[in-house]
Amino acid sequence: MGDVTPLWEVFIRPRNGLAHKHVGSLHAADEALALSAARDVYTRREEGTSIWVVRSEAIAASDPARAGENFDPAEDKIYRHPTFYKIPDDVGHM
Amino acid sequence: MYSQGLIGADSRTEETDEFLAAFQARIDAEEKIEPTDAMPEGYRRTLIRQIGQHAHSEIVGMLPEGNWITRAPSLKRKLALLAKVQDEGGHGLYLYSAAETLGVTREQMTEELHAGKAKYSSIFNYPALSWADMGAIGWLVDGAAIMNQVALCRCSYGPYARAMIRVCAEESFHQRQGYEIMLTLCNGTKEQKEMAQDALNRFWWPALMMFGPHDGDSAHSEQSMKWKIKRFSNDALREKFINATVPQAEFLGLTVPDPDLEWNAEKGGYDHGDIDWDEFWRVVKGDGVMNRERVQMRKDAWDNGAWVREAALAHAGKRAAKVAAE
Ligand SMILES: [Fe+2]
Ligand SMILES: [Fe+2]
Repeated sequence: MGDVTPLWEVFIRPRNGLAHKHVGSLHAADEALALSAARDVYTRREEGTSIWVVRSEAIAASDPARAGENFDPAEDKIYRHPTFYKIPDDVGHM
Repeated sequence: MYSQGLIGADSRTEETDEFLAAFQARIDAEEKIEPTDAMPEGYRRTLIRQIGQHAHSEIVGMLPEGNWITRAPSLKRKLALLAKVQDEGGHGLYLYSAAETLGVTREQMTEELHAGKAKYSSIFNYPALSWADMGAIGWLVDGAAIMNQVALCRCSYGPYARAMIRVCAEESFHQRQGYEIMLTLCNGTKEQKEMAQDALNRFWWPALMMFGPHDGDSAHSEQSMKWKIKRFSNDALREKFINATVPQAEFLGLTVPDPDLEWNAEKGGYDHGDIDWDEFWRVVKGDGVMNRERVQMRKDAWDNGAWVREAALAHAGKRAAKVAAE
């Protein structure tokens, strides 16, 4: 059988109040096996209270070749930062 | 540890002087390289080889200790050993995932290990003959691995560095449980202490060999240092290990099997005898006591588990077809 066991990405919520965070990947035949493997591989020391698994191929990613135009520091948009606005010290903390 | 699915980029790079200089500048600026970034083919190949070997070492490293789980002398020791061996399996999996981000598949890596084409740490080709070896392995082998792996936490390749941070957080217990086994034996009967000394005698030199050949004889060292895949030389890490470990042996009341070992106040470290590099290369090239058996056990595990993988895939396929039909 030449089929390859698919790849999954694993996300774990360390504790309630925090978001699920990507921790790594693993191979599994289906979601049930992926969840149980994720539990064994990534939560041996109380690392989480909840696990998400998602097929790697289901993730859409931004194009790394366009990272510049997408994410370069927005130097021309400094008005989005609080320090752009001049408030006299006498006003106090704002 | 990012998915292959996320690697949309064409991994071919045109290695012009400008490209290589720009890449080196990123490395020099301590920027991390991520899977989708353009990288020189040599950088990619070096990492695939190194991370693959590292992953294989974790997996093959489960065998000498796994063999002792059912013979542990107490429930406490059995639990510790079981947890440690399971950790090593996890380390192997983190590392295989990290290697996969570079475009190699798990199947390729497994095949290369089974065909004897991929290397793993020479230390696992030595047999674990007595219970004291579980102490010596945790103390010395994991101790040496920690020295290496702490340095790799700052590796320039993001997924490898992240895997190492996770691994290092788990390793410390491995070394401590091993040292505690040694302590217990050394505080036990005369025979038990002799077992501990015998284990140290057999594992000391192979543990020093874990750091690899002398810097001058290390094929990939210089370029790896430049790319910050490696941050410290083999010899520097080996010296650090010796300086940390000799006092621990003294505390146990054991003798390090090196007549030339002597404190050198001037350099603030130990002078030591020569490593038997012929033995090292013999074991690396496949002629250690356990090479054949270790690889055979991995092959058997893979072959005997084939029906489970096939059944799981068939079950998943049928369920998916059912859902599609509904
Ligand atoms: Fe490990
Ligand atoms: Fe370990």
